[in-house]
Amino acid sequence: MDIERHEFDVVVIGAGGAGLRAAIEARQQGKKTAIVCKSLFGKAHTVMAEGGAAAAMGNVNPADNWQVHFRDTMRGGKFLNNWRMAELHAKEAPDRVWELEAWGALFDRTKDGKISQRNFGGHEYPRLAHVGDRTGLEMIRTLQQRVVALQQEDYAVHGDYEAYIKVFAECTVTRLLKDDAGAIAGTFGYRRETGRLMLIEAPAVVLATGGIGKSYVVTSNSWEYTGDGHALALLAGARLINMEFIQFHPTGMVWPPSVRGILVTESVRGDGGVLRNSEGKRFMFDYIPEVFKDKYATTEEEADRWYTDQAGNRRPPELLPRDEVARAINSEVKAGRGSPQGGVFLDVSSRLPAEEIRRRLPSMHHQFKELADVDITAEPMQVGPTCHYVMGGVEVDADTAAASVPGLFAAGEVSGGMHGSNRLGGNSLSDLLVFGRRAGAGAAAYIDGLERRPAVPDDAVAEAQAEVLAPLERPGENPYEVHHELQRTMNELVGIIRRAGEMAEALEAVEKLRERAKGVGAAGSRIYNPGWHLCLDLRNMLLVSECVARAALARQESRGGHTRDDYPDMTADWRRRLLVCTAAPDGTSVNVQEQVQPSMRADLITLFERGELSKYLTDEEMAEYDLAVKES
Amino acid sequence: MSYKAKFRIWRGEGGEGRLEDFTVEVNEGEVVLDIIHRLQATQAPDLAVRWNCKAGKCGSCSMEINGKPKLGCMTRMSTFGEDEVITVTPMRTFPVIKDLVTDVSFNYQKAREIPSFTPPSDVRPGEYRMKQIDVERSQEFRKCIECFMCNNVCHVIRDHDENKQAFAGPRFLMQIAELDMHPYDVADRQDSAQDEHGLGYCNITKCCTEVCPEHIKITDNALIPMKERVVDRRYDPLVWLGNKIFKRSAAK
Repeated sequence: MDIERHEFDVVVIGAGGAGLRAAIEARQQGKKTAIVCKSLFGKAHTVMAEGGAAAAMGNVNPADNWQVHFRDTMRGGKFLNNWRMAELHAKEAPDRVWELEAWGALFDRTKDGKISQRNFGGHEYPRLAHVGDRTGLEMIRTLQQRVVALQQEDYAVHGDYEAYIKVFAECTVTRLLKDDAGAIAGTFGYRRETGRLMLIEAPAVVLATGGIGKSYVVTSNSWEYTGDGHALALLAGARLINMEFIQFHPTGMVWPPSVRGILVTESVRGDGGVLRNSEGKRFMFDYIPEVFKDKYATTEEEADRWYTDQAGNRRPPELLPRDEVARAINSEVKAGRGSPQGGVFLDVSSRLPAEEIRRRLPSMHHQFKELADVDITAEPMQVGPTCHYVMGGVEVDADTAAASVPGLFAAGEVSGGMHGSNRLGGNSLSDLLVFGRRAGAGAAAYIDGLERRPAVPDDAVAEAQAEVLAPLERPGENPYEVHHELQRTMNELVGIIRRAGEMAEALEAVEKLRERAKGVGAAGSRIYNPGWHLCLDLRNMLLVSECVARAALARQESRGGHTRDDYPDMTADWRRRLLVCTAAPDGTSVNVQEQVQPSMRADLITLFERGELSKYLTDEEMAEYDLAVKES
Repeated sequence: MSYKAKFRIWRGEGGEGRLEDFTVEVNEGEVVLDIIHRLQATQAPDLAVRWNCKAGKCGSCSMEINGKPKLGCMTRMSTFGEDEVITVTPMRTFPVIKDLVTDVSFNYQKAREIPSFTPPSDVRPGEYRMKQIDVERSQEFRKCIECFMCNNVCHVIRDHDENKQAFAGPRFLMQIAELDMHPYDVADRQDSAQDEHGLGYCNITKCCTEVCPEHIKITDNALIPMKERVVDRRYDPLVWLGNKIFKRSAAK
């Protein structure tokens, strides 16, 4: 069988924000870099990010700085975050945003010509650099054009655009290959357009594959989000952390059915939109949790004053972190106070002039007009929670983005730790940039330290080849049916509110689906065959779903993107425990183990007040805090 | 509220193909892409279609529906009669890979030929200062989701492969305009727009504007102003004289 072969220094899997930023960094550090992506170049899921990139530039409120951003991020994640990642993120995000501007990005401006920043849930100050409500598209286009700019530089010097950075568009990686010593040696996969198999030998691989939303029915995620990077890492022996934490974005479209789950940006609320139930009540005032009581307005009057006077008033509760708002909407609908199509009302029409809505939220205006025949300048939207983001992912070293497998790196949604149990809106686009760059640099430094290139063993290639071709060689069950059943299972049994019995049922169902997935087959040729592609993606979705269900069953508390009906409280004891998933190389038997969350560095923990920390930390940790305060 | 719709879909690979008939269920609120997905799941698992976000934001599912370039995800079934036969074919300007999927590499080649954003060397990141009003012109063009339907519909290349070499198409001529209007871009783009990227081929029939799913006024706001800038440069007597003098002094 004919296998196409290439040699590179770094293979970046995924061409969203994290992947492109990693590839740019690796190339800027002189490494020959391949970008492998499932879609066309420039189509990544990042284009759907709407709100903005959080960076404490202080352009709108000069009181903002990295410490405030760090505190907001830790609070949003309910203190489960990898604090070193949260620190690096808060410190480096402004430089990463400014760098985009030097590569041609055109953000919206303040009156004095700086990058404008908008309010968002959980962020104390206006902090999100944005372009209307299409910030992700601006970011992808800027990074895409930066890749092209580097290719043009290489063409001028070497006469070849692809001398140092090559994009393999519409290609899927199915296996990471390791040498006999256990270090990364390359990737194996296929070209979607032709079905041709492809081996790339490389000592370093950066995973930047995004999330796992396609395991759920109602999701804001595109077809690409099949958990490929999560699964590839597991199969290569790496560890996943925090897999129980999945963010259900509070505001997805609920009607018509075919668009159910598509995102309605949080900017609608940041710019003044309010949530109401069928009785017309702004219900979020009833859902302010104890830990946030002193930071949010308790009356509509105060909340409304905040939009013009943020120093003298507390924030509207519509801008609570996403997990809180999603649960509140879920409760209202369950209590029978939902909208006709099973959501709640999100209204901006009575809050801003039509012209202003069209200017600030052009994509939302367009999306509702075209897809739901709703004019958001004249009537409220109907919205409900949608599977949006997985906080969990590959466990990495904060500074280098290195996973536990030598030569493997991960950045963006596929990595875990940065966002703890719940991500703040706007922290994803900045995460991509900060840790994309760090992953590219980490991979380059790793290669510089190698004495020789690792070799790909022949038997690993043969196994990977057999695995890829198997669905074409058997008449089997329709993979679409297995996929639909998995989506229903995860949506119903490991969704926004969880119970032990249901999760155990989900695990049994996943086990049965795994058996069925072994028998799925694809008719037709190898040329652009979506049925075949889905057969192969199922392995990843099933593996990741099992991790989510097992970790969720193990964590006996509610925190951030993990809500247990049977354990409704957050406990300080569980905050110290991270759940780590590993799997056997053949993808069977996912194992979950507990690991202690390291204590925060003294100079970081003392950024918080005692009263706030005591709501989250154990008594021993508070004793450490008191000691740190005394010594500082 | 569901009904059975009649679809005719182009199927084929390797340069061969034909229209194939399907009868398929349609439910309330669905778009053409939903129907194609239902066909994949129930009747034709290997039916090839490119898609991604299903929300009109990524520009992947460009196709021709009853002969008109459209995004499959933004074309609602309610815009057709229930007894209407809906014909879906791949974009005509690009070679077919399989079924509805075309080889759009032409666009990526052209993208590489446009010199990238060129900022002044003395402005450091973080020091950029621009007025909102000055960025808005280029921002309109940066809404582009690269669905390539403007290039697909443009008659300069739609049935004229021979023009592809010399013509970047509306998408990339618009990118030149975007960069030319960028407050910090210092590259000289006007001569090359005409001489290297084929701006002169455009005779402003506005077909590109009509099909743009982002409603970008490609012709009025990008291509015509760009043509005017070229004209000002080349035929303004003062600029002409200035160029002569500059060239002469440079020659010394």
